[in-house]
Amino acid sequence: MIRTVIAITCLGLIVSLTGCDEQPRNNPYPRQDELANIYYSAFSESPKTLDPARSYSADEVVFTGQIYEPPLQYHFLKRPYTLEPLTATALPTVTLLDKQGNVLDDNAADDKVAYSRYRIHIKPGIRYQPHPAFAKDAEGQYRYHDLSQQALHHFSQLEDFTETGSRELVADDYIYEIKRLAHPRAQSPILGLMEQYIDGMDEYAETLQIAFDEVIKQQGNHGYLDLRKYPLKGVTKIDDYTYDVVLKGKYPQFKYWLAMPFFAPMPWEADAFYSQAGMAKKNIGFNWSPIGTGPYMLTENNPNRQMVLSRNPNYHGDVYPSEGEAGDGAAGLLADAGQELPFIDKFVFSLERESIPRWNKFLQGYYDASGIASDNFDEAVTISAAGEAGLTKSLQKKGVHLRTEASPSIFYIGFNMLDPVIGGYSDKQRKLRQAIAIAVNMEEFVSIFLNGRGIPANGPIPPGIEGHVDGEAGINSYVYEWKGGHSQRHSLDKAKQLLREAGYPGGVNANTGEPLVLSFDTVTGGSDDAARFDWLRKQFEKLGIQLHVRATQYNRFQEKMRTGNAQLFFWGWNADYPDPENFLFLLYGPHGKVNYQGENASNYASPEFDKLFEQMKNMPEGQARDQVIARMVEIVRRDSPWIWGFFPKSFALTQAWVTPRKLNAMANNSMKYIKLDPRIRDERHKAWNKPLYWPLLLIVLGLLVVLIPVIWAYHVKVRKAAKRV
Amino acid sequence: MNIQPVFLASDILFYLLLAMLAGFGCWASRQRNFRESWRQVVLNPLALVSLVVLLTYLAVGLLDSIHFQQKVTTASNGKTYYSAQVKSLLDVALGGLGDHSEKTYSAPFALHLYAKELARNDTGTMEQIYPRLHSINPSVKTAQDRRQDVFGRIAVSVIEGIVLTLILSLIFSLYLRRQSALTFSKQWRQLLMGRARKPWGLLLVTLGVIIFVILLIAHLSGQYHMFGTDKVGNDVLYQALKSIRTGLLIGSLTTLVMLPFALILGAMAGYFGGIVDDIIQYVYTTLSSIPGVLLIAAAILSIQIYIANHPEAFTTIAGRADARLIALCIILGVTSWTSLCRVLRGETLKLREVDFIQAARALGVGWFRIISRHVIPNVMHIVLIAIALDFSMLVLAEAVLTYVGVGVDPTTISWGNMIDSARLELAREPVVWWSLVAAFLFMFVFVLAANLFADALREAFDPRMAKR
Amino acid sequence: MFAYIVRRMIYAIPVLIGVNVITFLLFFMVNTPDDIARAQLGEKHVTEAAIQRWKHTHGYDKPLFYNSEKQGVHQFSDTLFYTKSMRLFSFHFGSADSGRPIGYDIKQRMWPSLAIAVPTLLVGLMLNVTFAMLMVFFRQTYLELSGVILCIVMMSVSGMFYIIMGQFLIGKLLHLVPISGYDYGWEAIKFLVLPVAIGVVAGIGTGARWYRTIFLEEVNKDYVRTARAKGLSEVFVLFHHVLKNAMIPILTGVVVIIPSLFMGSLLMESFFGIPGLGSYTIDAIRQQDFSIVRAMVFLGTVLYIIGLILTDISYTLVDPRVRFD
Repeated sequence: MIRTVIAITCLGLIVSLTGCDEQPRNNPYPRQDELANIYYSAFSESPKTLDPARSYSADEVVFTGQIYEPPLQYHFLKRPYTLEPLTATALPTVTLLDKQGNVLDDNAADDKVAYSRYRIHIKPGIRYQPHPAFAKDAEGQYRYHDLSQQALHHFSQLEDFTETGSRELVADDYIYEIKRLAHPRAQSPILGLMEQYIDGMDEYAETLQIAFDEVIKQQGNHGYLDLRKYPLKGVTKIDDYTYDVVLKGKYPQFKYWLAMPFFAPMPWEADAFYSQAGMAKKNIGFNWSPIGTGPYMLTENNPNRQMVLSRNPNYHGDVYPSEGEAGDGAAGLLADAGQELPFIDKFVFSLERESIPRWNKFLQGYYDASGIASDNFDEAVTISAAGEAGLTKSLQKKGVHLRTEASPSIFYIGFNMLDPVIGGYSDKQRKLRQAIAIAVNMEEFVSIFLNGRGIPANGPIPPGIEGHVDGEAGINSYVYEWKGGHSQRHSLDKAKQLLREAGYPGGVNANTGEPLVLSFDTVTGGSDDAARFDWLRKQFEKLGIQLHVRATQYNRFQEKMRTGNAQLFFWGWNADYPDPENFLFLLYGPHGKVNYQGENASNYASPEFDKLFEQMKNMPEGQARDQVIARMVEIVRRDSPWIWGFFPKSFALTQAWVTPRKLNAMANNSMKYIKLDPRIRDERHKAWNKPLYWPLLLIVLGLLVVLIPVIWAYHVKVRKAAKRV
Repeated sequence: MNIQPVFLASDILFYLLLAMLAGFGCWASRQRNFRESWRQVVLNPLALVSLVVLLTYLAVGLLDSIHFQQKVTTASNGKTYYSAQVKSLLDVALGGLGDHSEKTYSAPFALHLYAKELARNDTGTMEQIYPRLHSINPSVKTAQDRRQDVFGRIAVSVIEGIVLTLILSLIFSLYLRRQSALTFSKQWRQLLMGRARKPWGLLLVTLGVIIFVILLIAHLSGQYHMFGTDKVGNDVLYQALKSIRTGLLIGSLTTLVMLPFALILGAMAGYFGGIVDDIIQYVYTTLSSIPGVLLIAAAILSIQIYIANHPEAFTTIAGRADARLIALCIILGVTSWTSLCRVLRGETLKLREVDFIQAARALGVGWFRIISRHVIPNVMHIVLIAIALDFSMLVLAEAVLTYVGVGVDPTTISWGNMIDSARLELAREPVVWWSLVAAFLFMFVFVLAANLFADALREAFDPRMAKR
Repeated sequence: MFAYIVRRMIYAIPVLIGVNVITFLLFFMVNTPDDIARAQLGEKHVTEAAIQRWKHTHGYDKPLFYNSEKQGVHQFSDTLFYTKSMRLFSFHFGSADSGRPIGYDIKQRMWPSLAIAVPTLLVGLMLNVTFAMLMVFFRQTYLELSGVILCIVMMSVSGMFYIIMGQFLIGKLLHLVPISGYDYGWEAIKFLVLPVAIGVVAGIGTGARWYRTIFLEEVNKDYVRTARAKGLSEVFVLFHHVLKNAMIPILTGVVVIIPSLFMGSLLMESFFGIPGLGSYTIDAIRQQDFSIVRAMVFLGTVLYIIGLILTDISYTLVDPRVRFD
């Protein structure tokens, strides 16, 4: 027995010593890919759907953005964000029409304008990725349409359809997708919104619902509803490369929607192909088998483990931009100008639910990019004396690049304006809210809970969006004052004074002597909860106000918001497009959550603000609009329906072998600009992941030491037993 | 009055549980066979040490179960308003250890924060420094000071601990002398030398160690953060201590919930047979076939909705967290009574055929009387063993449930929540290990003691185990 | 025997209906169909009409148990309960609320779950039995006492610690295997080493202790004494007689859990990013996808019942005295 143990240990020693070869042992990817031009990344939430008509979340747009091409895109480098044509030849031309359909000139008064017509020209010669839906046989018939149940048995996934085809992109495909927004099976989240704008969309949804019920009755659950047979009033084809979208009234922000996958082309062949009986059961459909014209196509689709995007062989080609914001050239961002896109052959996304393995794999070099979770922050980033974020020494040594950008989002604490105590528009009620706004120290919140990755807000409009003002002119005078070159929160005494004026000296109702008790609603989840609630309670305690935190599950929280059954609440908004309208509409009266099911969660309604909003909405960008926005912001600052929380800042890290690029929070198709050097990566992988064997040997030795008394005891026992006989 | 007592639902259940435990103790001490088994347990040195440790935890949990609110103001109509914050006697005993906090992480016994921060230095320029903690002993300036101070305090604790233990052993000897023939001095000497026939010496040593630990905490916790601070600067030692009550409650309340079900239904199924047996068997087969986590998840979500819809019934954070804790205990009880019920049914089936029960039936004794007088006392040892074994398992299960997101409320301080947040702390550089270690240490000692005690119980009570 | 199995299967039906009713009730106590629709439609720009449309296409616009608008059987069959829950009996899992077919996902995710559960079970069994045998061999010595205490110590450590520490040590410091992930085919081995090792170590405490009691019971039986009296060596007695007879309770204990291996391990799969059924269930709970939860509960119940039947059968196989009539 002892001999075997010794033999095994020796063997182990030999193996471990000779095992110190070049290759890292912890590489999660296949060995042969070490020098391939592949970009490795991770996703933490499985995408729910890749259907361009349905997908609305950031996790999904990572994929859909690279596959589907809407007519427009955001310029990769220019700031403020500007739209440029993608598959279109130019930005759409907008024509204003009156009720009778007569063309008005561009300066026509808003009340005269009944419709606005967007005409979009697309480039000819763009072709779809190879896909079985296009495959035709010798007679020109579609190879895989009208498959019988029996024939379908031979196919279990999309890759089994070996023949593929392609065809040119035409205007009809764009129209088909707009129609699909109203398809009962698609359940597009923006249908409700588009019904308000696209002419005839609401009736169209009803028509399709009836037609669809009929189709289901006849063909069963997977019936094909051919949308080409049902015309949509507001969307018309002019010629093969031109189409019109007619909107009710004016909606200048519509152009931004034209840069989202909702308005990407969809060939009817795909719908006919996917709607065959039995396809859904094999998980083949719009949700998981996207079909587009973009630089990449989805070649491996396993949202439970790995998603792979590969180069689309039919891609129409694109080049890296040759102009950008001032300073981009000096920063080296134009070095690749004019080069053919895309750079990378393949993107491999692995599912990584837990943040620790994700971060550790980034440090080992197995992910090419990473965000920074709050818990890795100290390890990655230091804040310099000037308040600038920089990398820590250990990451600098690894050659990691850090890029930061303020995201077009806001987090805030809202007051429910319908509440009799905290809401209302009287002077006293306003002062109560202002006092609270001073007392709740957002700078501290950002520093404790976000490691400073946020900018305390002075109003609803984030930096980088029209209407945001920096510096002294931009401060919210009800909460801050300008002192010595930076903004400073008003003193607590001022808040207490305001509270006294509001009728609650020391947090006690002056009339009844009852203490002021407020409730705060929020969503549970997150390990910071206890600390966050405690922090909040302390903020209100500074004024003598009692705060009851009512944390609940997300669904219940939403219900409370819809019924207006809340006083204070925590909420956030992530912009759809970089226009101030997308933030100011959160305070527009007719969007009130309780009364109109809109997005105005605090149910704020000020006639003055609403009037200005309607005016601002349709104005072209420029100084006149900025002035209107400034007036609006001033109104809401005074009324204080929110405690202006903070604008989150996103931090992104990329490895040394990835060419540094600019962050672009709006563009969803920026992966075609990424470039990396696999040779450097391979070297670093080897250098950073030298396996360590001696602790393992130590453990084995430890076990042996434990074994010795056991073996000794064994001998004693056996000998004893022998003696007894 | 400046304070008002608060009785959380779990407090009341906890008191009830203690009362039941005391009642059971009285009952058991009158049963001769039980007394013999208990003697065996107490004479087992490991079990004795475990029992003392468990009782210490119980004491801490009890202290933490006496809650009150502080007054805020009195309104003009004479109504008094109290703070929304609920405190316990433990908070008072720890002298506000939970109140003043640092800004973020700091290592055990550290003088400065773990992370650098921008601050204005003496000359007025901005600089990155490690800011000094503000709720530690202000007279300690350097690491040198700290070493002297800490060792001084440890020495004081040791001396005080020894003195207290000696006093304790004196009292103990006086008590023992009345029971035995030995003289007092002989008795004491025996006790101190560890030569007594019964493990009294070990008992004293254990008590001495516990006294020393308490003294150490008393002397050091106000001066330093003995186990460091967590992400938002709360003292980790304080959290580990507060977690004791949560762990105890989950272990014991669950038992309280499951016991009546298991006992009554198990005994009834076995005793009556036939249709009663079929129904009860159906119920527990159905319940035990549902994967436990799913049942727990659904129940926890339901209670959250109930709380959200009845805000007037739960006005404090503590009250809400408490409701969720009780719901968790109830649902854990519902998922765990089935296995015990199955065993009890089998045991009752056997008992039913035994002479004395047959005799009782022949004499026309009612079924309720037979079950309560004859069946249940005779399966009590099984119940006792099952409880003791389940207890530690439940404490451990809490951590896993928290990870899944269906454990105790995130605002309840518990080992599960501590471990859950510690997961992320290990990814930091330098590693933040102290929360994990503190939670591990306190939980480990508790579960180990419970397990060792359960083992001893089993050896003493299980007829198959004992006479080897 | 065959008749017995059939009877047990029939008995299973009321249990399955009961389980279905309970999950259904629990879930709809928590969620209204509106909540489900809102969760699927996202947060922005959701209108009441969109919710109604979603409910209509996904069949959530029916009453829960009783439809008073219909006639005859349809009063019960045209309800949410019947359409959503009773169809499971024909193993039609339908599609998740998010649209993916559940049957497809279960088929795909089953293998990774088995790939981690089976080796953990087998290696664990071997190690535990060996450890338990050693303890029994050295019974009533300090070696046994320290063994038992070691078991209790290992039992008293939360499973989370084993995972956290294992990942930290092997993945971060030693660089021996990937920290997390999964691959199909033989490539899977490098991903499985760590979770299987951790699973085995975490199970030693409970397992070895449990087997020790079983062995101890056997050791004191008469036939063992006789064997020993015949002069057979202690090692021979232990391995030949005790182990053989103790295998009956051990195997029947193992048989019960074999079917549930399919369900996967909740903790391991989430921590190591293994795309099995355990992480599927956790995700469904977190995202409140009722269709998946319902399907997994149903599957779990069926597997549990199969386990019970298998146990009974294995009893007859190892012990001819047990018979079912």
